[in-house]
Amino acid sequence: MFDYTFQWRQAIRALPQMLDGALVTMQIAVLSMAIGVTIAVFLAVARNSSSRWLRAPATAWVEVARNTPALFQIYMAHFGLGSFGIYLSPYIALLAGIAFNNAGYLCETFRGALRAIPATQIRAGRSLGMGPAKAFRLIVMPQMFRISFLPTMNQAVWAILMTSLGVTVGMNSDLTGVTQDLNARTFRTFEFFAMAAVIYYLIAKAVMLGARLIAWRMFRY
Amino acid sequence: MIEIENVHKSFGALKVLKGIDLTVAKGEVVSVIGGSGSGKSTLLTCINGLEPIDSGRILVDGTEVHAKSTDLNKLRRKIGIVFQQFNAFPHLTVLENVTLAPRKVKGMSKSDAEEIAVKHLNHVGLGDKLKVYPSRLSGGQQQRMAIARALAMSPDYMLFDEVTSALDPQLVGEVLDTLKLLADEGMTMICVTHEMGFARDVSNRVAFFDQGVMAEIGPPEQIFGDAKNEATRKFLSSVR
Repeated sequence: MFDYTFQWRQAIRALPQMLDGALVTMQIAVLSMAIGVTIAVFLAVARNSSSRWLRAPATAWVEVARNTPALFQIYMAHFGLGSFGIYLSPYIALLAGIAFNNAGYLCETFRGALRAIPATQIRAGRSLGMGPAKAFRLIVMPQMFRISFLPTMNQAVWAILMTSLGVTVGMNSDLTGVTQDLNARTFRTFEFFAMAAVIYYLIAKAVMLGARLIAWRMFRY
Repeated sequence: MIEIENVHKSFGALKVLKGIDLTVAKGEVVSVIGGSGSGKSTLLTCINGLEPIDSGRILVDGTEVHAKSTDLNKLRRKIGIVFQQFNAFPHLTVLENVTLAPRKVKGMSKSDAEEIAVKHLNHVGLGDKLKVYPSRLSGGQQQRMAIARALAMSPDYMLFDEVTSALDPQLVGEVLDTLKLLADEGMTMICVTHEMGFARDVSNRVAFFDQGVMAEIGPPEQIFGDAKNEATRKFLSSVR
């Protein structure tokens, strides 16, 4: 039954190609996080707004992003919009899908962080003569930053892993896409995907370790 | 001078202040005593404009606190307030807690602000804790830091809202000593307090609040020795 002979040489020879793919993966993850964080801030503000017209779409975004499969979100960006004649390239569709997902999750992370800070902190700032914006910037924001930093980095890891879904919309330049191509040419499925898995693992670990280090340096209180 | 004239204030249907009149002169220390929900703390937050009022007016050095044209951020620089919960800024060191407002509100240079902060922190006995974060301080130390933080803005008036109520009994003394020190230096103070000994020893006048009304006010000897009002006598006998 177990007469499979491992052949790692081909996989190792393809390593530079796979690392190039990993760079594309990282690029998409970083961009999707930058876009996701930006949109999440607006979503969080909208969800806390008193206007129903701001609250409703933001809530809908968060609900869909968090309660439907990420794969569908990427599918929708590529094939779904394609049905209406809006054609996004696999790269852009993947980026849009992941950014959409990131924004939904991060919005709730930021909202949670805001709620964790007692109103009395603002009150203390106001009583020292600060305006509301200044009190928010100097007292609330730094505390929110600490509370949401590690959850945000968790989402970054999740974003890196989600990029692998791009292969389903024809993405072939990221780590999974490259691996899939190599697999199709050589049928060394186990070797190539095992190598890819190790690369994903190392990237994810490095991001989390880096985040812990930064948090340890930055948040001394 | 702080002039409070016929101030009414409600939270929804609940009337918290029902026509308060009180004038506090420069250099005077007034203690406000009374049961829970008598409106004592609300009055303090109205004086520095953290809470709006329904009617009446409050003047601080002739400026009407709740007038639309009043710049509250500016007015609050001369009214320091310290709350029951210490409200330390957890992300800043003790020194940074105290220098934050002088630098960012008054626009002082870092070195000037630190000089003032160190002076006040020494004053409240925290001169050796400058680089420490509040989470490493006891409740009494955090409260003394909050006092130094308010003093660093060089206020003309200080409002103290039950500043010892959240403290362990053995830490109350150190905070009260700080308040006594301030009173001795001539700071104008309104202290909402449950510490009757402090009210008696330190205040020029003691006001007794009962259900949103200032039932009685007078020198401590009179309030504690010969209260005219039935409710005052009842309250004092219950806390003794």
